Amino acid sequence: MEDTILKVENLHVSFKSHDDGEIKAVRGVSFELKKGETLAIVGESGSGKSVTAKSLMGLLPKQNSFVKQGKIMYEKKDLLKYSNKEMQKIRGSEISMIFQDPMTSLNPTMKIGKQIIEGFRRHQIVGKKEVYKKATELLELVGIANPEERIKDYPHQFSGGMRQRVVIAMALASNPNILLADEPTTALDVTIQAQILDLMKDLQKKTGAAIVIITHDLGVVANMAQRVAVMYAGEIIETGTVDEIFYEARHPYTKGLLLSMPKLHSSRSTKLIPISGTPPDLSQLPEGCPFAARCPYVMKVCHDFTPDSTKVSDTHMVSCWLEDKRAPRIEWRSGEGVSKDEENRKAN
Amino acid sequence: MKKTEKLIEVKNLKKYFHVGKGKLLKAVDDITIDIYKGETLGLVGESGCGKSTAGRTIIQLYKATSGQVIYDGEDIQKKSSTEIKSMKKKMQMIFQDPYSSLNPRMTVLEIISEGIDNHEFHYNKKEKEEKVYELLELVGLNKRHATRYPHEFSGGQRQRIGIARALAVEPEFIIADEPIAALDVSIQAQIVNLLQELQEKKRLTFLFIAHDLSMVKYISDRIAVMYLGIIVELSDSEDLYDEPFHPYTKALLSAIPVPDPKIERIRERIILEGDVPNPMDPPSGCRFRTRCPSAMDICTESVPKWQEVSSNHFVACHLYNV
Repeated sequence: MEDTILKVENLHVSFKSHDDGEIKAVRGVSFELKKGETLAIVGESGSGKSVTAKSLMGLLPKQNSFVKQGKIMYEKKDLLKYSNKEMQKIRGSEISMIFQDPMTSLNPTMKIGKQIIEGFRRHQIVGKKEVYKKATELLELVGIANPEERIKDYPHQFSGGMRQRVVIAMALASNPNILLADEPTTALDVTIQAQILDLMKDLQKKTGAAIVIITHDLGVVANMAQRVAVMYAGEIIETGTVDEIFYEARHPYTKGLLLSMPKLHSSRSTKLIPISGTPPDLSQLPEGCPFAARCPYVMKVCHDFTPDSTKVSDTHMVSCWLEDKRAPRIEWRSGEGVSKDEENRKAN
Repeated sequence: MKKTEKLIEVKNLKKYFHVGKGKLLKAVDDITIDIYKGETLGLVGESGCGKSTAGRTIIQLYKATSGQVIYDGEDIQKKSSTEIKSMKKKMQMIFQDPYSSLNPRMTVLEIISEGIDNHEFHYNKKEKEEKVYELLELVGLNKRHATRYPHEFSGGQRQRIGIARALAVEPEFIIADEPIAALDVSIQAQIVNLLQELQEKKRLTFLFIAHDLSMVKYISDRIAVMYLGIIVELSDSEDLYDEPFHPYTKALLSAIPVPDPKIERIRERIILEGDVPNPMDPPSGCRFRTRCPSAMDICTESVPKWQEVSSNHFVACHLYNV
C-alpha cells in the first residue's frame, strides 16, 4: 500500500519487575498509520498506549523493558532492528514526539532558542545565523508573539500553554512525517487546550504530517481524529473510523467509556453508567478476555479464551466474543448503541 | 424542588497572600455567594483563578483576609478557636489527589477514625470500628479493607477512602476539590454517582470545585464561574449551559471538546487569545478585558457591576448594563 507510512504488527512489550515478574504492558498491538491522517489511541492509565508510542520512538528504558516480538515497519524497514545510532537519525527528524507535561520536557537551564536549534542542528547542517532565523520563524508559526525577543527567554518565563507551543515548534522543526503526541493537552486548561488542538490541526494541514494522538479524553478524540484505536490492558480491542467508534461501537468497553461520560447537552436526570471494577493487574493477567471481569455481557467463553478480532467493516475491527456467530444476540442497556443525543438530533 | 434555605453565606470574602518584596497575590478578591441547604454548587474556572483558595478559605483552612463566612446564621470568623473546631466538624473536604491526601503509614481504619478521635465523639474502640466498617460499606468498600494501607488500593478506591474519612464526623457540608480529576474516565462516573447517592442519603450540601465543565454541569444545581479571583457569572446549571451571558463563560463552554464527532465537526469555537494575566497585577476595570472578544472602552475604566440579568442568573459584565 502506497499511503501507509507506518505499520505496527503484533507488537509485544514487557517490563521486568522485581516482585511481580513480567508485566505485559503491550500484548499484540497492530495498527497502520496513513499519510496525513490523525489516529487517536484511547485508553485508561496502564492500558499500554504510552508504551506503544515510546516503542515506536525507541525510547523504552533499556534496563527493564524488552520488545518480545513484533515489527514496526517504517519506509519498508523495521524500526525495531535499527541500532541506537540509526534511531537517533530518525528520532526528531522523521518521527517526532510531544509529551504530556510541557514543564518537564524542556530544559530549564537553557534558553528556548537554543533548545529549538539543538533539535535541527543535529539533523541538518546549516549556519548559525540561518538556524536562528528558522527558530524565530517556527516560534512565529506556533503563535508566539514577538519571537525575536522570546527566543532569548528561559522556559520558566513562559506559561504552560506557551511552553507546549514551544515543544510543538521543536517537534515540527524538521518537518517530520509522523508526530506522536502523548496526551499533549492534558496538563492544560480548556481554553488553552482549544488553542493547542487548533494549532496542531493547522500545522498538520501545512506540513502534511501524520499524527498519532494518545489521550484518555474522548472529547479530544472527537475533535482531532479520523481513526481511533481503543486500548485495554495492552491490547487494541476495537478500532475504526471516528464515526464508527462513537456511533456504532461494538465492544462493551468502548460503549462503557462513552456512557460513563456526561454529555454537555444531556440533562442531570440521565444517570451516568460507570464501568464497575478496575482494570486487571498486568503482571497477573487472567485467562481469556481481559475485560471479562468488568463486562456486563460476559459469557463463559470469555473467561477461557481470548477473542479474535472480527471485521465489522473495512475499517472497523473488534475483539469480542459477542461478535461470534454462536453468541446470543444481546439487548444493549438503555442508552447504549445509538446515543440519546443522536436520537434527539434526528427527531429535531 | 427549589433549595432556598441558606446554609452558608459568603460575603465579600478576600484572601490575599504575601509573596515577598511587599507584593500581594490577590487569589480571591471579593466574592459573595450563598450556598443553599442540600444543593450542589459547582465552582469552575481555569487553574490559578482562585477556586481552590476560595474553597479552602470558606472551610477555614486559610484565614480570610477580610469578609465574612456565615454558617447557619453564625459568623465563623467571630468564633473562638474551640467553637471553630466544633464547627469544622460540620464542614469536611475531599481532595483532588487520592495519592497524596492519605497518610501512607496509616491503615484505612486509622485514617477514617482520625477525625472521630479528633472531634471527641467518645466512641469506645468497638463502636469506632463498627462506625468505620459502616462507612466503608457506605462508600462501596468492605470491612476487610480496614486493616490495609493506602498503597494497596487503586486511585478510585483511595478516593472512596477519602470520602469515607470526610463522612466520618457526620458533616453537613462537603467541599470536593477536583475529586475526580486524577481518576480514569471509567472510574470518574463511579465516584460521581457515589457522591450523588451520599448526598441523597445524608442530605449533604456540596461545593464541587472543578475545571471539567461537563462533569460539573452534570452534578451541580447551580454553577459559579470564576476568573482571576472573582466570580463572573452565577446561575442554575441548565441556564448557564443553555444561555451563558459572560463572554468568558461562552468561551469556556465552547472550548470543551464534546465526545461526539458530528457535533465537533460543525461546532464553532471561540478561541481566546493569550493566557490568563498575572494575578499579581490584574488588568484594570474588568479583569477579562484583555482576552475578551467584545471588550469596549468602558471595560478598561470601570469594574462591571454584579447584576441579576434574568431570574437567578447573575453576571458581572458591561455588555449587560441597563
